[in-house]
Amino acid sequence: MSIAQLEIQIIAAMVAIACAIPGVFLVLRRMALVSDAISHSILPGIVIGFFISQDLNSPILILFAALTGVLTVVLVEWIQKTGLVKEDTAIGLVFPVLFSIGVLMISRNANDIHLDLDAVLLGEIAFAPFDRLHLGTWDIGPKSFWVIFVIICVSVTLLLLFFKELKISTFDIGLASAFGFSPIIIHYALMSISSITIVGAFDAVGAVLVVALMIAPAAIAYLLTHDLKKMILLSCAVAVFAAISGYWLAYFLDASIAGSITTILGLLFLGTYFTSLARRKARIIK
Amino acid sequence: MQKFLEEINWIFTDYTFLIIALGTTVLGAMTGILGCFAVLKKQSLLGDAISHATLPGIVLAFLWTGSKDVNILLLGALVFGIIGSLGIRNMTQKTKLKTDTSLGLILSLFFGFGMLLLTYAQKIPDANQAGLDKYLFGQAATLLESDVFILLIISFLMLIIIAAFWKEFKVFLFDAAFSKSIGFSNRFIDVLMTILIVLIIVLGLQMVGVVLISALLLAPAAAARQWTNSLSLMLLLAAIFGASSGFLGTVISASSDQMATGPLIVIVASVFVFFSFLFAPKRGIVARGRKWNKNKNKWKDLQVLKKCYELESAQDSLLTEDVENLCLPKQKNALVNRKWLIKKEDCWHVSEIGKKYLRNI
Repeated sequence: MSIAQLEIQIIAAMVAIACAIPGVFLVLRRMALVSDAISHSILPGIVIGFFISQDLNSPILILFAALTGVLTVVLVEWIQKTGLVKEDTAIGLVFPVLFSIGVLMISRNANDIHLDLDAVLLGEIAFAPFDRLHLGTWDIGPKSFWVIFVIICVSVTLLLLFFKELKISTFDIGLASAFGFSPIIIHYALMSISSITIVGAFDAVGAVLVVALMIAPAAIAYLLTHDLKKMILLSCAVAVFAAISGYWLAYFLDASIAGSITTILGLLFLGTYFTSLARRKARIIK
Repeated sequence: MQKFLEEINWIFTDYTFLIIALGTTVLGAMTGILGCFAVLKKQSLLGDAISHATLPGIVLAFLWTGSKDVNILLLGALVFGIIGSLGIRNMTQKTKLKTDTSLGLILSLFFGFGMLLLTYAQKIPDANQAGLDKYLFGQAATLLESDVFILLIISFLMLIIIAAFWKEFKVFLFDAAFSKSIGFSNRFIDVLMTILIVLIIVLGLQMVGVVLISALLLAPAAAARQWTNSLSLMLLLAAIFGASSGFLGTVISASSDQMATGPLIVIVASVFVFFSFLFAPKRGIVARGRKWNKNKNKWKDLQVLKKCYELESAQDSLLTEDVENLCLPKQKNALVNRKWLIKKEDCWHVSEIGKKYLRNI
């Protein structure tokens, strides 16, 4: 196993953990599809950021993309507040428009921007080890490793600090407001973390597969346990397992790593799904 | 201006453009109609999930037959779209997973599996990624006369099915429990409706692509919903909005360089939505704001009227100065216009109508 291979596996496992943590809360709060919306709607932010910095891993690009992600959430909230349509309709109205704007920006400036839409949507983690970060002349590892590392540190710190607030506001908004923590602030904090995570992960696994990494581990854990702490740990474990075994599946099939990770997640979900159906049936018979 | 007109004239006499515009217009109308069903079923994002779930179908159809014929690939897409939608249905009914999670799971897991197959298929000679772009973003420009012909026939058959099951659909959408109690099979109606939605999504893939077809399904329906409470009228409006978006998007795309059709159609459709949110009668933001102001003014007038009435009962009559002390000239006119305050021989009285309103508060 070469160093590059090891690096890819470490980055994949870290991306998986970074996605799984906010994913648990999105699934529990019935906002799983917000991850899908954000992962598409950050496109114009990416294009503008890329236009300025000419680098897919630059902090400016990540900032712009994350801001577009938060803008998506604000717009959805705003449309929903008018009471004219339901939340899911609001989500479905906002992200295709932002995505379209992004596609048009790319196609109008196709000659100036060397930004491949496939690369944005599908990602390629196999190239991650080639883009390295240098401290002076010293090579300290792939850039995307550090991006994901910072994201994980921030979200784990926030999770530990505000676990109680998050838990109560997820399961009982009324109680949370009665205790005096604002559900709105927690909502926007969670959304900001999710959108930063999606932005940090998109260039490794692509916009669509970020959604798989966010929802599938959480859904698998949700079918297996009722305890929030166990659910978070279990979904991280599932995510890491899928990331590493997915890498090797891709290696043997010589196929897309992101696609293989998702396929493993799909198989794991299918297994859990049928087990939980069987258990339910057994319970009913008993 | 002259040049612009020439350009427009050139476009409308161009046969290829007319074929494409016919295709996008019909597609817009049909997605509008079927989108109403998806929105009223509270599954607005069904289209998004299904369109992504079709990818493995497209690749498997290619791997199995080795052909790049659009119709064969779309048949594969149809099969996986139906599998995906049945998966969503089962998951939400049989486990504690909510609709949003099941939609997200089917969307991302199927798409990822499709990616795996696709990268695997690329190793086979004669397969390249050029085909993928076409399904991710759609390429209306590749529409052939025969594609549009197939679209027309299928749309016509769909309209016949919708007309035949109109009553069942309507009852199911608005009161599923009632629909079951009068002996309709809810399961059959639901599956039939979903298959129609999958079918139009698959037909739209080639034109607007995986990501944007969901918007085409959703936006006309969301816009139409604001204007009416009647299902048939909503379907008609959604069809008109969808068709106009398809047509206008294609015209704008054809008259400018380097502007993809799919995104333009979506942006035109979202302009319809924005306009409807603002200006729809009754539900629109402007109409509601106006109604709110009207009620607020009425309430203020009533407060003033109450003061007048109290003074009138205290001193038995109201002089013009009294009224002018109590209310602004504008409010006085309003009270007179509402016939709440009447002038009789230099004295003002609160009328019977005004007293009735006062008794109500």
